[in-house]
Amino acid sequence: MITQALLRALDRKAIWLVAILFALAVAVPAANLLIPPGQPGHVPTYIVTLFGKYLTYAMLALALDLVWGYCGILSLGHGAFFALGGYAMGMYLMRQIGTRGVYAHPTLPDFMVFLNWKELPWYWQGFDQFWFAALMIVLVPGLLAFVFGFFAFRSRVTGVYLSIITQAMTFALLLAFFRNDMGFGGNNGLTDFKDILGQPVQAATTRGALFAASAIALALSVLVCSMIVNSKLGKVMVAVRDAESRTRFLGYRVEYVKLFAFTVSAIMAGIAGALYVPQVGIINPGEFEPANSIEVVIWTAVGGRGTIVGPIIGAVLVNMGKSYFTGALPELWLFALGALFIFVTLFLPKGIVGLLGQGRDMTHKQGQAPSPAAPSPPAQAAIAAELGEDPATLGDAQPKPAE
Amino acid sequence: MHKAQDTMLYLDGVSVAFDGFKALNNLSIIVRPAEMLAIIGPNGAGKTTMMDIITGKTRPDAGDVYFDGRTDLTRLDEAAIANLGIGRKFQKPTVFESHTVWDNLEMALKTPRGIFATLFYSAGGEDIARIEEILETVRLADRRDDLAADLSHGQKQWLEIGMLLAQDPKLLLVDEPVAGMTDAETVETARLLKEIAETRSVVVVEHDMSFVRDLATRVVCLAEGSVLAEGTLEQVSANPIVIERYLGR
Repeated sequence: MITQALLRALDRKAIWLVAILFALAVAVPAANLLIPPGQPGHVPTYIVTLFGKYLTYAMLALALDLVWGYCGILSLGHGAFFALGGYAMGMYLMRQIGTRGVYAHPTLPDFMVFLNWKELPWYWQGFDQFWFAALMIVLVPGLLAFVFGFFAFRSRVTGVYLSIITQAMTFALLLAFFRNDMGFGGNNGLTDFKDILGQPVQAATTRGALFAASAIALALSVLVCSMIVNSKLGKVMVAVRDAESRTRFLGYRVEYVKLFAFTVSAIMAGIAGALYVPQVGIINPGEFEPANSIEVVIWTAVGGRGTIVGPIIGAVLVNMGKSYFTGALPELWLFALGALFIFVTLFLPKGIVGLLGQGRDMTHKQGQAPSPAAPSPPAQAAIAAELGEDPATLGDAQPKPAE
Repeated sequence: MHKAQDTMLYLDGVSVAFDGFKALNNLSIIVRPAEMLAIIGPNGAGKTTMMDIITGKTRPDAGDVYFDGRTDLTRLDEAAIANLGIGRKFQKPTVFESHTVWDNLEMALKTPRGIFATLFYSAGGEDIARIEEILETVRLADRRDDLAADLSHGQKQWLEIGMLLAQDPKLLLVDEPVAGMTDAETVETARLLKEIAETRSVVVVEHDMSFVRDLATRVVCLAEGSVLAEGTLEQVSANPIVIERYLGR
């Protein structure tokens, strides 16, 4: 039963994506560590870390796409799950500092000593163990999403109202984590990490390993998402997105379908956050900023929602643009991001992947009946064949006629 | 002995008001097993509201609604009612446009509806045979891999009837099935519904009188939320009140 579901996930184009990600997981760290600097093919460590960060963003965007693109739940608070996973990892990393902190306290992190805390709060217990932290990385975002989703979906809160309360959720968490009394380092958050699993966080080998872990986690997320959206449940999710009440009259419990997607998505976002924190070296309440969650929506929209590969492309491309812009023309970045979103909404409703898919359809049509219209380059069509995937055609390999 | 015994659908004294407007006013209707009932009536007579109440979309302010002689429908939600065996076809054809015809039927097929049962579902030989059979019945066999969005209006209506069949309900509620159909399709639909009614209860709401005549079944005329007249189409359409309030308009 489960093997069948796995095969269904793998026999689609997702297998290419998974293979590419696995190849990157090996090739990039290898090019960093084995090829000496200055030689062709060497990848500098900062690039490894930068793209490792992009991969965690891609995973977050993919998680959002599962609920938004496939199930029609526009969550404007997915950054909260990402940040919670990040905080769980940050707590583990803080406990690993041990006596190397500024105040050299054996158990208390620096900020607690500074705030005159006498002992470790109960919710910090256990975070010195990696397995416990790993469990919390999954459990905390998952549980929050489950409880939040249970009440929201059962009360049939949908559309823009749901978006607003997800936004309120992340904002409430932002305010809560800003408080010093919460015991999460307040304004400054958690930083000054030393070790992860006994390895120094700054070392090139650790950086490479974190990149590989991010690529593999993303590959596994692609597999999970592909398995879900190719299953009958995935079809029901799309049905919920397109005609919620009709799905209900077919006898499906729409609230549970949404709850499942939302919880799986939150767990994925939490894992992404946990991989993000050791690579950037800090987690602070700014990650709960509502604007961050909205940015995730933009990545997904730019790449192409309702596709597996779209959010990954969108997250990496937009963030590459962001890295460039914030360096070259820092004051223009937000305008560029806003303009990009408006442009995509108006002209590319299916994002970059949709554009590639259109190119494929055009060349496909020309193959059947040659027309004087401008031909798309065949290379683009080949990429489209690889990547372009519509939610509708995802279930079946049947080509969709172009409108 | 329960008063609703030996009925498939039992509505007694059902009333519902929206902002003071009485959409249903002391409505009582009985549908027996394997019986077809046609419901006619002017716009705003409460036909769609009645269906909303049976399928759990709307709760009545007063009255009893029983299914299969024993299940109180007013306590259940849409999904539970659908799983009991009540299928509904909407006035405006609502099929899942971004899915293929096949997938539409596969989703409607009577299989376990749980999350994990659905996640790990794969169509067995029996299910495939059933879907193929339905495709033949609703004449969409050659369009099975097309998107539902690409079907004509009449074909969407038929696909929705096919989805109803796939649900294998005991009671079918069919709201204006022939709206937008050609005459030939209308005749064909009447034939199909009569065939279905040999084994299941069917409630059809329709404005098209020639279609209701084709159905040749018991007719109830609703007006202002309650039953105006009941009987064969001839009896109902000869009723002076019906002529004044509905047909004469």
